[in-house]
Amino acid sequence: MIGVGKAKQYANVLDKPLSRGRQEVSLSAFAFLFSEMVQYNQTQVDNIAELERRLEDAGYAVGARVLELLCHREKGNKREIRLLHILGFIHSTVWKVLFGKGADSLEKGTEHEDEYMISEKELLVNRFISIPKDMGAFNCGAFVAGIVRGVLENAGFPAVVTAHFVPIEGQQRPRTTILIKFAEEVPDAYMFFSPVVH
Amino acid sequence: MPPPAAPKSGDALFASVERVNAELFTLTYGAIVRQLLTDLEEVEEVNKQLDQMGYNIGTRLVDEFLAKSNVSRCADFKETADVIAKLGFKMFLGVTATVTNWDAEGTSCSFVLEDNPLVDFVELPDTCQGLQYCNVLSGVIRGALEMVSMKTEVTWVRDMLRGDDAYEMRVKLTKQVPEEYPYKDDD
Repeated sequence: MIGVGKAKQYANVLDKPLSRGRQEVSLSAFAFLFSEMVQYNQTQVDNIAELERRLEDAGYAVGARVLELLCHREKGNKREIRLLHILGFIHSTVWKVLFGKGADSLEKGTEHEDEYMISEKELLVNRFISIPKDMGAFNCGAFVAGIVRGVLENAGFPAVVTAHFVPIEGQQRPRTTILIKFAEEVPDAYMFFSPVVH
Repeated sequence: MPPPAAPKSGDALFASVERVNAELFTLTYGAIVRQLLTDLEEVEEVNKQLDQMGYNIGTRLVDEFLAKSNVSRCADFKETADVIAKLGFKMFLGVTATVTNWDAEGTSCSFVLEDNPLVDFVELPDTCQGLQYCNVLSGVIRGALEMVSMKTEVTWVRDMLRGDDAYEMRVKLTKQVPEEYPYKDDD
């Protein structure tokens, strides 16, 4: 509860005007912080899968808040209720606010109806990271996968989201693909008819 | 050898580095604090861990700062504090701090922040009243100064999350290790 106890006066977060999101910090400040987060989480796990899961958890918490923030600020308190629209919202709005640019591509999986992919040639969180050989397929993009999952799930589209490296021919560094696999109940409810909710 | 370039102004410095949206930074920091609270349970332990993370960052960040700012050796601790407040905070966080409350010996002072990008969207719940939410910042200062041979103690005096009117960090110089030739690096 707010305003109880011995505190002088709490600045209630809801009483403050919503920032317009124009403030910036240096990329290195973020990179240093992110690297500390990865290193700390490394001390808490015994294997790569667990490490990715923990980074994803952290990302999920960010995604849930980003959805709320952006729906208020950019969408006039409206939230997307159609699957393709929420994907478009992530690919353009969320990406642009968080990473300064839209994602490189958004594609539908060719093999499965319920899979979508967001790809990024150089994902921000992978920019200063090189993966030691013994850590195999570990991808810091798990954090961003978590953000995507956080946005989707809180918008009513539960999904499994994972980050993968995909080598590109002629390029030294692979691109990162965020694979989104929607839970089974999602397509029926949202893809084929769109309920009107006010 | 060309003469050393003049130190850049804080604004020029900030303009010259790559930047990201502060909200990504703020929310990521929030996620870290939340993970620590879940893992460590004790608020005191979380404070310690945040300070340690800050220290680790500080020891690395100082290199980038020195490489990009053209700052040369500071004459005394006063000048050091000014450089941190006007250039250091600006370069990394895009804000400036004010240096005040010097003691008579010139070995301890306060950094006062009115704008603090770490705390947007944050409210301390009753269960976390002992949490030093911004402890990473004090850790960074301690770590960075240690790399330039200054041992310091950094404590929080005021914190807007606890209802104060600003963020104030007290920095006390405890020991200055003079660098003498031959420098250790050259061994």
